[in-house]
Parts: sequence; structure tokens; C-alpha cells
Amino acid sequence: MRFYEFEAKAFLARQGIAIPQGRLAHTAGEAAEAASTVGFPAVLKSQVLSGGRMKAGGIRFAESAAEARETAEAILGLEVRGRQPVGVLVEPRAAVVQEYYLGVTYDTLAKLPVAIISDRGGIDIEEVAEKEPEHISRRNFSSLLPLTEFPFKDCVASLGISGGELTALTGALFRLARGFLEHDLTLAEINPLARLEDGAYVALDCHIELEDEAVGRQKALLEALGANPGGRAARPPTPLELRAAEVDSSDHRGVAGRLVEFDGSLGLIIGGGGASLTAFDAVRRHGGKPADYCEIGGNPSVSKVAELTKLILSKPGVERVAVIMNVVNNTRVDLVARGVVKGCVESGRDPSTTIAAFRIPGAWEEEGFRLLRHYGVQYFDRTVSIDEAARRAIGSMSTER
Amino acid sequence: MAILVEESTSVIVQGITGREAVSFTRDMLDYGAKVVGGVTPGRGGRDVLGVPVYDSVRQITEKERVDASVLAVPAPFVRDAAFEAIEAGVPLLVIVTERVPRRDVVQVLELARLRGSRVIGPNTMGVISPGKTKVGSIGGPAEDTRKAFVPGPVGVMSRSGGMTTELANLLTQNGLGQSTAISMGGDPIVGGTFAEVLPMWQEDPETKALVLFCEPGGPLEAALAKKVQCKGSSLPIVAFIAGHFTADMPGVRFGHAGSIVEGKADTAAEKARIMREAGIIVADDFSEIPALVKRALGEG
Repeated sequence: MRFYEFEAKAFLARQGIAIPQGRLAHTAGEAAEAASTVGFPAVLKSQVLSGGRMKAGGIRFAESAAEARETAEAILGLEVRGRQPVGVLVEPRAAVVQEYYLGVTYDTLAKLPVAIISDRGGIDIEEVAEKEPEHISRRNFSSLLPLTEFPFKDCVASLGISGGELTALTGALFRLARGFLEHDLTLAEINPLARLEDGAYVALDCHIELEDEAVGRQKALLEALGANPGGRAARPPTPLELRAAEVDSSDHRGVAGRLVEFDGSLGLIIGGGGASLTAFDAVRRHGGKPADYCEIGGNPSVSKVAELTKLILSKPGVERVAVIMNVVNNTRVDLVARGVVKGCVESGRDPSTTIAAFRIPGAWEEEGFRLLRHYGVQYFDRTVSIDEAARRAIGSMSTER
Repeated sequence: MAILVEESTSVIVQGITGREAVSFTRDMLDYGAKVVGGVTPGRGGRDVLGVPVYDSVRQITEKERVDASVLAVPAPFVRDAAFEAIEAGVPLLVIVTERVPRRDVVQVLELARLRGSRVIGPNTMGVISPGKTKVGSIGGPAEDTRKAFVPGPVGVMSRSGGMTTELANLLTQNGLGQSTAISMGGDPIVGGTFAEVLPMWQEDPETKALVLFCEPGGPLEAALAKKVQCKGSSLPIVAFIAGHFTADMPGVRFGHAGSIVEGKADTAAEKARIMREAGIIVADDFSEIPALVKRALGEG
């Protein structure tokens, strides 16, 4: 779960890291008022969950209340990479002397948290890593031992930083790391942390992500920040995807309905994670155009599979469906077969011409295959691989046209 | 020989009284695994399918040797259960639980490193040495497991649980048995990665080739490629990378949390390039894997 900038900054403030005296505005009028309070020149920042705000015109400056109103109006109406802002953060424009990058995340290979600092803040840190690696310092630290300051001091000092600068940056990086561990974050970045003309160190922008699996146990934090986990997906779900999610939650048995929509003609009922990735690639590789990506798994009920099938067949342009899973251990093949056949029949379609291929080997496969034979559906057992089943499904579509 | 688990491996199941655990414990017993005990705090003294249940891991390790523990406790309790097993000296932990928060995973892996235990998972289906034993739910019921997995020279490692069985099935259908098959777990951070387990495969006299199922996201494939490039590999490695299409939809979550695509470096195409450069054989089609393995073994 990614935080909006205003939420992330409130989080930093709770950790003892200084932030600008900003205000969140939801209307142009509020923004003008906020700008008059924080003082001019003011900076107005779109509160939207995507990068590239600056380039898109989502961060702008204002010298007067009138200009703030006009600018806020523009920002509030501006979509950034397909996302709508939820407000405008209004802050005093800072007098910056030096910018730093501070980051904490997990190091997948070392399997430890890692602190990162650079004295080339304000720009893309990956660019710094590529072009000026001597300006980045990284250090792993323990997730088990009580957290103390020395690993962060080492990390900062290895950039050649000393004196008051070392003390201030060590403190900020330590607090960021402590907040990261205590609150189940997966990413905590301040970019930039700025040293101002008056000597203060202030976090001007930040990017913070909370582990999805830990949202439950971080409820207190979310409440304190007033942050609601909903509505933050990378791309808003389409109506079809929402209806599929409804099908999935209609009963607790198995998974049938985790769906992502595409623009093709072949509906896919596939699963689970790795098998779906394999089947989808295979369909495309053999010239098929998938109408959806989905995952079925566990042991979904007949009605759930039937509803999912009907939903996919209702999508304009969908001519056929292919049902492909890996060799299953706990999914009953016969129940999935009945569900798909039922979905076809209830959509007024002939299962034998609508189901391009059915390939699920595993428990109760004989019962499943018997039903499919009865309806004249092309099915495959474990001797036909996932990609071969996809190829034959597409083959059967093109030969009949 | 095999790696990680063999015929004599004595196993316990933490969380044995849970519904899923009862089911896979039955399958393990049917397959011939030596399940010497289970742990559910507060249920000590009962039994599950004839397997005695204890209140703590220590109560078992005080009495007999424990080579491995399967952890199937609910996600909020995984860290505690794993610490308990590690501190009781269990050398191999197989964590099947899904949705364990990352901080807990990292803490478990850190303690395991300090104490010298090995962890597979979390979010794994387990490990099987066909014809010998299986630890976890891998393969499902014993009868189905015997259909998909047969003994042989190919080591299998997969980031997808379901595809571990699928891959073994494909090899079996083409006359290639498996020495050991490992479902690594689908989470971003897991205990046994490709690069870490490679030396074990290389030391196993039975394993003659490796087959890997890879996905977009994360640095695990690149880390293996780097290791193979630097130190070489005494075994031929055939890799298949699923999920090429996800590069067209950055930021959307497909399948495992591990396959969230974040940048160019961890797309399926980029992984294929890096692995090929290191001399790893990359299969374009899933079903072409057996032929590539046979060729690498000099049989094709």
C-alpha cells in the first residue's frame, strides 16, 4: 500500500524527521487560503499516487493567493498517468543549499533491510547509481538486533561526510530505518532531504509503501494517519474486473474470478499463478488474443466457475474460452468442467464450439473428461502440456473459420 | 542420494491440527514420509492420523532426532513457530504458510542464518525426493504424486508451487525422472534461492541436470546467472521464464507478489538475456524443456 505524499510526510513527522509546514487542500479556494497561511512563494503539489508529477505539471509554484487559486484549479483537474489527484499539498517554497537521498528497503539477496544514502539527492537515484556510484552508500542492518545508530553513521560517513552534517543525516537515516521496521514498510524513501539556508534538514518529498500483508496489524498507524487502504490500485479496476471480483467473493470455496481484462477474442479460465503466466504467454506466442488474464485455484464451486464463464462470455468480442490449468492436487477437475459447461449453456452457447480447449489433469479427471466427451468438448489430459493445449486451442479456432 | 530430504528424513509438522495440515500430513504418510510428531500449543497429548501431537518442538527434539519441520501455522504465528524450531535445533524448515509479512520473514531468515538452519519458503508447497519422501503438500495425494514425480537425474526448482508438479509431470511424461523437486515459494524474499541451492545440486551424485521455473520480478535469476558466470556450473541448467506478457502492463499484480514488474532489469525478456549470457539454456516454449534436458545430458 503506497502512501500519498501528505500521509507519508505525516508519518515522517511522527518518526521525528522534520517536514515543511504544509497544508492539504481539496479545492482551489482552500489552496489559496493555505498558500496565504504558509507564505509566498508557495509550492503546490498534486497528491496523486504516481511518479512523474513534476514533468506532468503536477508540481507548480505560486507568488500570490490569486495565482495559487488558479494553479490549484489546474492541478486538481490534471490526471497524472491515468490517476486523479485527491488534493493539493501547499507548502512554503524552501531555500535549499544541498539535497540528499535517504532510503530504506529490503535487500532480496542479502535478505536483510538495507539503508541507502546519497549526497546527490533530488534526482532519480537509479541514475546516480549508474553514473556516479561513488556518491551512493549502502549498508545492510540487522532485522533482529536492537536498532542503534552506528550502522547508519557508517553508511553516511563512507560518503566522506563529517561534522554536524554527519550527525544530522545519521539521525534522520536511523529514524527512517526504525520507522521502517516498526511499521512493516517495504519502502521508505526521502528524496530529497534538504539542508536549508538556515541549517535545518527537512524532508521535501518522500515515497513510502506499507506491506500489503501487514495492513491488518498496522491499523493503529493507518488510523493515526487517517489513511484508507482502498482505491490505490495501479490501474482502477474495469467494470468487468469488479464483477469478476464479486463472483469470486460470492462464496468462500476456491478462487475463480481474479481477473485482469485485455482486448482479445479468446476468454481464458486459467490458473494458478505460474500456470496462468505460462498459459497466457503460450496463447500469445501462438497468435491468440486473450480477452482476459485470470487465476482459478483451490477448489471453486460449480456455480462460481459457471458465473465466471458467463461473465467472460458476456464480454463483447469474446468468441471462445480456453480452460487451462497445471496438474492440480486439490482442485476437482469434474467441478470445474461442470461449471464451464453450465456457464456456456446458460449463456445460450454450445459448449463444443465455445470451449476451444479444456486441459486440467488431476483429481476426479475421469468424471470431468466423461462430461466433456458427452458435450463434445476438446479436452486434454496430462500427456499434453500447457503450451501445447494453448496451441491446439488456437488451432481449432482458426481452422473453423 | 537427493538433496534436502531423503528416505530417512524425520519430519514434524507445526500446526498439525489445522485442516490443510491434516490433509497434507495424510498425503506425506501415504507417500512414506517419516512423520514423528506434530505441534499445536494446547493440544499436546492428542494425535492426528496416529501422529502424536505435542505442545512444543522441544518436547519432540528432547526425545528424538528431527531433521525437518513443515510450518503450516497461520501467518501471524509463523515467526514465533519458526524461531521455536530454529532454537530447538531443527536443521530444515519448510514454511508453507502464505501471506507472512516480509519483516517476519526476514527475521526468521536472519535467525536461521545465525543458528545454521536452512529455510525453504514461505509460501512453498514443499520439497520432494521422488520415491523417497516428501515434505509439505507438494504433489497432493500420494497416488497423484506418484503419477507426476518419478525418481531420476533431474533437479527441479520452481518459483511457482503448482508449476513444480507440472514441470515434474512434463519431465516424467518424457522419460526423465527427478532427483529432488523444490517449490521455492512465491514470495519476494524466500529462504532457498536458485543461487544458494546450486552448490547442493552440484554435490549430489544423482543429479545430472537442473530445470528451473522462473517468473518476472526480483533479482533471483540474475543472481544465479552471475554465480554461474563467475564460478561456472558442473551441471547443465535449463530455465523457463513465464510471464513475458507482464512487461506490457507494468505495475499490475499478476500471480505471485514476486512477479510485480518494477523495471526493465527484472522482466522475463531481460532475465532470459542475462541467463543465456551466463551459459544457461533458456527454453522458449514450456514443452521444449525435456528435449533441451536430453540434449544437455547427451541423450538427444
